[in-house]
Amino acid sequence: MGLRWLALLFVGLILAVPTAAHAEDEPCRASAEQGCLTGTLDTGEEKLEGVDVLITPVDDKGAPKVGAEPTTVTTDETGRWSFPFTEAGRYQVEIVEDSLPDGVEALPSENKLLKGPGNSVVVNGQLGGLASGQPVILGIRSEDYQADSSDWDYFLQSSVNGLRLGLLLALASIGLSLIYGTTGLSNFAHAELLTMGGFTGYILVQNVGLPLWPAVALVTVICGAFGWVQDRGLWQPLRRRGLGIIQLMIVTIGMSLALQYVFQLIDTETIRVVTGIPESVDIGPVGITYQSIIAMVIATVLLIAVGFVLLRTRIGQATRAVADNPALAAASGIDVDRVIRLVWTVAAAFAGLAGVLYALVVNGVKWDSGLQILLLLFAAVTLGGLGTAFGALLGSLIIGYVVEVSPVFGMPSDFKYATALVILILLLLVRPQGLLGRPERIG
Amino acid sequence: MVFNRKKTETDTPAAVAEDEVAAQGVTADISETAAAVTAAAGGEAGGPLLSSRTREMFGYVAWGLGALIVLIMLLAFVGVDLGWPTRVGDNMLDQALDPQTAAVAVAVIGLNIHFGYTGLLNMGQAGFMLLGAYGFAISIVEGVPLLFAVVIGLLASALFAVVLGVPTLKLRGDYLAIVTISAAEIVRYVGRATTFNEHTGGPQGIEGQDFRGPVTDLSFFGTGNFDIGSLDYILTGANSWWMRAVAWAVVLLSVGVVYLLVRSPWGRLLRGVREDEDAIRSLGKNVFAIKMQALVLGGLFGAVAGMLFVLPSSVVPDSMGRTLTFYCWTALLLGGAATVFGPVLGSILFFVVRILVTGIADNTVPDSVLNTQQAGQFGWIVIGVSLMLLVIFRPQGVLGDKRELRFNA
Repeated sequence: MGLRWLALLFVGLILAVPTAAHAEDEPCRASAEQGCLTGTLDTGEEKLEGVDVLITPVDDKGAPKVGAEPTTVTTDETGRWSFPFTEAGRYQVEIVEDSLPDGVEALPSENKLLKGPGNSVVVNGQLGGLASGQPVILGIRSEDYQADSSDWDYFLQSSVNGLRLGLLLALASIGLSLIYGTTGLSNFAHAELLTMGGFTGYILVQNVGLPLWPAVALVTVICGAFGWVQDRGLWQPLRRRGLGIIQLMIVTIGMSLALQYVFQLIDTETIRVVTGIPESVDIGPVGITYQSIIAMVIATVLLIAVGFVLLRTRIGQATRAVADNPALAAASGIDVDRVIRLVWTVAAAFAGLAGVLYALVVNGVKWDSGLQILLLLFAAVTLGGLGTAFGALLGSLIIGYVVEVSPVFGMPSDFKYATALVILILLLLVRPQGLLGRPERIG
Repeated sequence: MVFNRKKTETDTPAAVAEDEVAAQGVTADISETAAAVTAAAGGEAGGPLLSSRTREMFGYVAWGLGALIVLIMLLAFVGVDLGWPTRVGDNMLDQALDPQTAAVAVAVIGLNIHFGYTGLLNMGQAGFMLLGAYGFAISIVEGVPLLFAVVIGLLASALFAVVLGVPTLKLRGDYLAIVTISAAEIVRYVGRATTFNEHTGGPQGIEGQDFRGPVTDLSFFGTGNFDIGSLDYILTGANSWWMRAVAWAVVLLSVGVVYLLVRSPWGRLLRGVREDEDAIRSLGKNVFAIKMQALVLGGLFGAVAGMLFVLPSSVVPDSMGRTLTFYCWTALLLGGAATVFGPVLGSILFFVVRILVTGIADNTVPDSVLNTQQAGQFGWIVIGVSLMLLVIFRPQGVLGDKRELRFNA
């Protein structure tokens, strides 16, 4: 196994389009007349400031253009460099090795199509495009990166991260699974509720100025209310109208698309609920922030509470009855619409809470974070068994754990999300009803 | 459609000029169909939720919108300059004929075979496109002749369809949806991963100039510029008349193939599977095999679409993600699923209407409320909301037949 690949960290940050408010700080913006190359030098441990990047206009054969001067740009405190140009064409981008700090070296590009001499890459600079510029990936390696970490420590740290992700996914996926169970709807807009939770938390903390934890509680209430309104205003009327399940599913896709761009109107960058470095504690080899610990405790408590409600209370029994067979439940006197309303409200509240906690402890949320999370949620609920609440819990823990731990066993970190999806597809081949689903005919 | 109502009410004076439009050339033809069709969309919109009066009103609004689209595209074409309305018209005209619009049309034709005719919920059409594009582009970069490169792209996509179909086609429809959407994302992750940088170019992808050559070499259009009306492109190259000709020829060919297929006995089997699997099974047919054939065939159209999509630009995995699949779905439902021309019309309308909405929002709302970038985002919000309203009020889209779409795959 070994950790050799660990030392290779290719970090080319695709920076999002900056908002108007930040426009003046932006060193380089692409427009119809101006193009912009940009990138970030980051070893994964530190962002490299003051590194020179040499940019030379070259012709199609890679030879420097006659009469065109090379330019040197320097990275700022966030490790970012950018280079504006007014003439489209090919540019050779190269790290000036002497300017790198000790213990960091530049690597030749592994991309055959882009590779230039030495550590350089040759890119096709175009005018316009992303306002924040075309990202250029330059390889750098921190020579002592593996010195202070061992396989075992890495495994433990990843396991804790995996448990954390699993718990947050579980919080969101139980709602997704219950909605599926009670109404038959695959809600493609469910992950947008998580993004909404993150964004609402961000607005409450950063713009309104609430303290963090009251804001988190308020986010849960707001998202729950949104779930209630959604069911009251949209899903219940559509159910009454007898719209088919597949039509409903496509409605959720439209909703997911619309919500994403609403979020993009609010902010186009990754947002963080609280800025600054959170306090953390070392337990043995594992470092974890206090926020993460609180988030995990909240998730665990709520999950146990949901389990208790489902198994031991009348409303929980009613919910399971509706999930099992709505017609029979209605016939036995259960108010199916009320149960579904409750499921929608709780599902949205939990998804919002999971979203704000995710934004807090994982890595912030962006307007399109939902895309990635949704796939994990679907993988989790399908793995556990579509429509079963406890299956969703189990599936989420497995998926969260696998996603975070697979890099320890040599899976390139680019593929860690793909691992979860591959597991899903393989499982469907041998056990299509999922881990906790009943083996009934689902064809 | 319904959402656009607010926009058009302020702009309907344009509708007066509708008659002038009728007798014009090719451009007008495309947009005129759009007009008639948009009108139909509004004309019968709604079910029990809307009174006949409301429906009548939607009908007029839709006529107005269609006429407006045709009019400003036409004015832009003949070179009248009315400020921003004709500038927007110019953009719409350009987009309507764009090779990438044609590529999306072909992808939607494939999706129509999946969903419209067979009732398969393929939520990963962009994955088929991306595989086709990679298969084609990487082969050409490695020096494979054009024809074989196309075949490799098609094979990659067909194989993908089989791999996805085997575990899911015997299960309920939503399993196929979840698996296709997941698998399409896996393709994108693998494509953008730095591990295979050498072949795929990672997140930056493969530049068009590295694989465009063999296609542009086929051009018999010559070199230089050619302009007709406001349309002015180079004859051969990336953003050229040649690319447009190739892309739209493929669209025509695809429409022809689908037209013949769905009228064949095999096409009737597809619809049979969509309407009632058990009935088809009881006739002794192998439902699984029919679904698999449909999945592969639609996937092949997806692969061709992927190649067309990247030819004028480059293979960038992130531009062919889930969002593109959703655009394809919107275009399909807009034009009308289970119709032969619906996908083409839907794709053109999808892009043109978005530009119209964005253009109007950008130019009429002051920048302090909505700047250009935000107007673009607003356009997408409108698209999302339109998709919802379309499915609720007019699931058969512009050209479709409601009886064909009971949507219960």
